[in-house]
Amino acid sequence: MSNQEPVNSFSSRIVVLPEANIDTDQIIPARFLTTTTKAGLGKVAFNDWRYTADGSNKPHILNEIDPTEHRVLVAGNNLGCGSSREHAPWALMDYGFKAVISTEIADIFKSNSLKNGLLPVVVSPDIHDKLTQNPQQRVTIDLESCTLTLEDGTTVTFQVEAFARQCLLEGVDAMGWLLKRLPEIEAYEKTNGKAA
Amino acid sequence: MSKPKSLFEKVWERHIVEEEGADKPAVLYIDLHLVHEVTSPQAFSELDARGLKVRRPDRTFATLDHSIPTLAPDADGNRPYVTAQAKKQVETLEANAAKNGLRLFGYDAENRGVVHVIGPEMGLTQPGFTVVCGDSHTSTHGAFGCIAFGIGTSEVGHVLATQCLAQRKPKTMRINITGALQPGVTGKDVALTVINTLGFSGGTGYALEYAGPVIEALDMEGRMTVCNLSIEAGARCGMIAPDQKTVEWLRGREYVPQGAAFDEAAAQWLTLKSDDGAVFDKEITIDGSAIEPMATWGTSPDQGAPIVRGVPVAANEDEERALKYMGFTGGEAREVEKVDVVFIGSCTNGRMADLRAAAAIMKGRKVAPGVRALIVPGSEWVRVEAEKEGLHNIFLEAGAEWRLPGCSMCIAMNGDFVLPGQLAVSTSNRNFEGRQGPGSRTVLASPATAAASAIAGHVADPRQFMQLESA
Repeated sequence: MSNQEPVNSFSSRIVVLPEANIDTDQIIPARFLTTTTKAGLGKVAFNDWRYTADGSNKPHILNEIDPTEHRVLVAGNNLGCGSSREHAPWALMDYGFKAVISTEIADIFKSNSLKNGLLPVVVSPDIHDKLTQNPQQRVTIDLESCTLTLEDGTTVTFQVEAFARQCLLEGVDAMGWLLKRLPEIEAYEKTNGKAA
Repeated sequence: MSKPKSLFEKVWERHIVEEEGADKPAVLYIDLHLVHEVTSPQAFSELDARGLKVRRPDRTFATLDHSIPTLAPDADGNRPYVTAQAKKQVETLEANAAKNGLRLFGYDAENRGVVHVIGPEMGLTQPGFTVVCGDSHTSTHGAFGCIAFGIGTSEVGHVLATQCLAQRKPKTMRINITGALQPGVTGKDVALTVINTLGFSGGTGYALEYAGPVIEALDMEGRMTVCNLSIEAGARCGMIAPDQKTVEWLRGREYVPQGAAFDEAAAQWLTLKSDDGAVFDKEITIDGSAIEPMATWGTSPDQGAPIVRGVPVAANEDEERALKYMGFTGGEAREVEKVDVVFIGSCTNGRMADLRAAAAIMKGRKVAPGVRALIVPGSEWVRVEAEKEGLHNIFLEAGAEWRLPGCSMCIAMNGDFVLPGQLAVSTSNRNFEGRQGPGSRTVLASPATAAASAIAGHVADPRQFMQLESA
């Protein structure tokens, strides 16, 4: 939420979760939302996929990889549907992810991700296939040029809302941007009978 | 002649502080900000870190609903929190509200309840408003002609600090529902049909407007249920034009203008409806006369079907996976689905009309052996009204549990949950894997269907328990 580290270009191996419609209840089940901070949620990211009821590990790829080597999550269609919980991007980032890729990413999850520096990348089904068919590959994501480069050299562009992109590239703080508009906000309230 | 405008455009334009451009979003003014304990603590921390206070405490209202127990306190007044952390979360909101001078509808407030139930109930929600809350079902308030949508915690902070959000204007879609509903078909069945028609992401990027004779004929509770589920088709918000029904429903409520000022406001509200000739980015039509009582069979709210048609056969891998999780084979009748739990409540269906519909079916009947039925009113006001009408006695005599208001088993973070493997028929909004507890299986349906399923012990069409007038 506060000033963030600028995000620009990085390369990393991917990890593939092929399931479609991974909702935010899967990313972080509601019973972990009683926290009053953002810290440490990576250990419960995909909790019910990774652990049994008694807390022991299930055989799951997220328990087997080194998160510092796998910064890019490639998921099935319609990633992040459901609840508006910002705990979902917090948990993914705390686990180690810097970007998520899908053929479709739900609105609120996308907005929440951008505000935290987790880059949502929407790709065509063809590119998605190329990613999932080589799930060990290393990709490069460049926000300046909005490009994703696969291991086979294929480079595609992706869309990021212009203001969100600027915030991420330059570390602009969205709350600060709004706070700078307080004179206009006050004028609006006065004109529209909404002053306190 | 000015260009005809849609309901959405009229409300949007009235809230623009600064126009959007190619490289910047619009600054959108927010009339009403509702806050609850789960998605707010980190936003208040952000304000603290910047030395800020809530800018408009008069437009910010807080309630306790997600983490709180629905069981009564013990003899010493201790509330049975699921964890110490849940208690701490509630205390954190109490402290943040006190520090910022916010009105908090706390434990002892007669208005406490689920955020999307109490907003309209008190008349905080008014036609033409922009309404936000850190909760995706904020779309509920669209039933009153509001642009109402869920936001994340960062944006909760933005609104607390500035009363504004940086937003891009969404596309618009009108959903016309023609004809008339058959007897025994409710707003929830309409909503599940709409989501099934649009698909889980068919509404992504759109503000929906629901219109047509079926919507006009729905009561306000039914309209709230329809708007509530807009997010389940991926839409940012869903709206319905205010009409005389909206006006009469709001008249006399605590926070609406009173006396002559109310009639003045109401006259304005009635001008918000979409102009003839208003253009939408997309329009679809659904035959309302063909809608039947619906139940979901999968793990996404769009995976629903009329109960009488049974469980569909999987059409693709996603549906196969969903059926497997649910323990269904596909092609079977719904009667084979033995029910373990029935949950009636939530921001989707926890209002008086919902409880009355459930009680009409449970009256004089018993919950089937082995079924646990939990009835959770959406607010203190609903609880008190229901008890005045004796609905709680109908539920208790049927063998159901009658709880205190809260989100309860819909989101299963307060200790009310469905056990692994159990099948629940729920009037809530999401049937995701494990939503109602790890390993839980959820069938979404209307209050009437949930009540009928509790009595029958399997997923049941409620019309078999209704005295239906011939249409």
